[in-house]
Amino acid sequence: MIDKNLREKVENQERLNFDEALELYRENDLLFLARAARRIKESKSGKKIFYIINRHINLTNICSSNCPLCAFQCRSGDNRGYTLELDDVEKILNDFGEIRNLSEIHIVSALHPEKNFNYYLDVIKLVKKKFPAVSINAFTPAEIFNFAQKENKTFAEILTALKSAGVETLPGGGAEIFSPRVREIICPKKLSGEQWLKIMRTAHKLGIKTNASMMFGHVETIEERIEHLIKIRELQDETGGFQAMMLFPFFPANTELGEKFNLRPVGAWENLKMLALSRIILDNFDHFKAFWVMMTLPVAQLALGFGADDLDGTIGEEKIIHAAGSGENKNISRETLSEIISEVGYIPAERNSFYEEKIL
Amino acid sequence: MEFEIFGRKKNYRRLKRGECLHIRSELEKIEQKILREERLTFDDGINLFDCKNLAWLGMLADEVRRKKCGDIVYYNVNCHVNLTNICSARCKFCAFGRDENSLGAYSMTTEQIINLIEDALKDPNMTGLHIVSGLHPTWKFENYLEIVKVIHEKFPNLYIKGFTGVEITHFAKISGRTVENILTELKNAGLQAIAGGGAEILSDRIRNLLCPKKATAAEWLNVARTAHKLGIKTNASMLYGHIETFAERIEHLIKLRELQDETGGFQTFIPFPFLPKNTALEKEIKQTSMWDDLRTMAISRLMLDNFDNIKAYWVMLTVPVAQVALNFGANDIDGTIHKENILHDAGATSPTNLAEDEIIKIIREIGRTPAACDCNFNILRLIK
Repeated sequence: MIDKNLREKVENQERLNFDEALELYRENDLLFLARAARRIKESKSGKKIFYIINRHINLTNICSSNCPLCAFQCRSGDNRGYTLELDDVEKILNDFGEIRNLSEIHIVSALHPEKNFNYYLDVIKLVKKKFPAVSINAFTPAEIFNFAQKENKTFAEILTALKSAGVETLPGGGAEIFSPRVREIICPKKLSGEQWLKIMRTAHKLGIKTNASMMFGHVETIEERIEHLIKIRELQDETGGFQAMMLFPFFPANTELGEKFNLRPVGAWENLKMLALSRIILDNFDHFKAFWVMMTLPVAQLALGFGADDLDGTIGEEKIIHAAGSGENKNISRETLSEIISEVGYIPAERNSFYEEKIL
Repeated sequence: MEFEIFGRKKNYRRLKRGECLHIRSELEKIEQKILREERLTFDDGINLFDCKNLAWLGMLADEVRRKKCGDIVYYNVNCHVNLTNICSARCKFCAFGRDENSLGAYSMTTEQIINLIEDALKDPNMTGLHIVSGLHPTWKFENYLEIVKVIHEKFPNLYIKGFTGVEITHFAKISGRTVENILTELKNAGLQAIAGGGAEILSDRIRNLLCPKKATAAEWLNVARTAHKLGIKTNASMLYGHIETFAERIEHLIKLRELQDETGGFQTFIPFPFLPKNTALEKEIKQTSMWDDLRTMAISRLMLDNFDNIKAYWVMLTVPVAQVALNFGANDIDGTIHKENILHDAGATSPTNLAEDEIIKIIREIGRTPAACDCNFNILRLIK
């Protein structure tokens, strides 16, 4: 049973410390967490559930970081490798032209060993030229770190250059678990947790909003998960620059890490529990994403009862449908998302990159 | 004001503001009733379906489960035997049944049945069988009886649960015997429990539309009542998420609850979400959401106050959702199955069997205690 004082603290939406958060995890009371998380969600965003019409572009999968956690990356010379040149990007953008109410283009990629920073700037400028009204959400701190090293520039200089070229917000990826012990195993060549936080702090100070994330369900301990969440909460206290939190359950298939430690995918129960617990811990976050591409749509719908208020975007579905060889009408995804939201008694709200509701 | 969403047909509705306030006060009353362990009415059931707070619903069902069943989760190490998929009923919601001589039609010989069981017995923990099949147009009751006898003689240590109320009704019709006689013969041959399938929705409106050629609601209930009087325990089920209304789901649960009051012979209740793939309803009906599955699980637990057990059937729910359902009122996760056929014909995406280790892990992960049991919920091994 959860201790009465702790129970009251959660119900009154007071801030939890490390020990209290850990105790809540260990008590294993899924539905207590869910009820509390749902109350927090409703006090932040009422009955609204957000989604965005967006598209993803992944410029390359050739990577110098080669994290054992990743199934996407490959080394230079691998026949699975691809890199989009500016012409290729332009072709993709031409296809995006037909999408009604496109709000955001999301660009994240591997750390290409040869592409220089100008290439990325040119991509951003191209997107901005084609779609001046669409927001660009691009480059995780891992990529920003890579650019800064290559160009021998400060994070602020890189971020300022990207901002002038048209980047409006940063995605939240690359955070994984901040613990150096864990990073040594899952992503030894990637930037450190401190560096990730430093880049986000710099971005927030430059007026660039970002997201935050945690990838869990691999070799980390529960203590390391909670430490991670608390570090994010501290930075949010300082800057207020995070818009949304995302949890990434680790997908072991085709990864070196999964094979080495014989890891299994995180179950729906653990997923929902972590979501609700994180929603409770991160009291200074306005939004939580149920990233349905990873959770699957039905579990993401369940997540709406466990504290999430944002279903992310329409992109993944389109990818999946196309991979399955279907030429489905793109507008179906907006309707599908709305229907999923309405079924559970919430109100669908189409948003822009800054969580402003769009009037349709 | 009333919200109309895209003007499309929905199985849910937006409530008017006044209605919302009314339902909220009703739900508060229901919560008090549940905590006082009072019986819920039909109207209470309907109001629970209007409740949008899934966690609240789950918490109440979980509380009831904790009081009634404690922390044990039951499972079987078992083997499904589907004697034939040739069926004279051809219900619209079924992807398993076939006409004789059509592609994929099969019926097992005694030798094939024995081979299947022997294969399943490679697992030394395998303790029982679940036998359900199509209504074969030419087989006689004696064929089925003989199969039970042969299995029981050859494998006297295996428990045999088999035949749904629909099959028993069919046997009575083709043989001219009474249901009581059929059940007595099967019991004497070695049958220990009756399976819960075939209840679908116990409404003749639904049955005339979807499964007019098989047992009516009254016939299904009569088999259960007769079995219980003969000391044979049975299970109960509900197939939902097709053309039924929420009111029909609640009526169905109340019919089962009334019979249970009378006989006490039902062991577990299994809510089956309808899987539309490869059925005659595929184009018209979309599969239920997990939200609806968990809600229906919880409401079943709350309405069926005289049932000891509620089953999260992982084949239909998928393993991850069945695990979550254990927090929404369920205390039974079915079995290892060996090889599931019926629902995999309807596009079930779950595996066709589940290792015992996996079942134990799923139960332990959420802090509960696994217990392998026989078809009558006697604990064979408590996994500490």
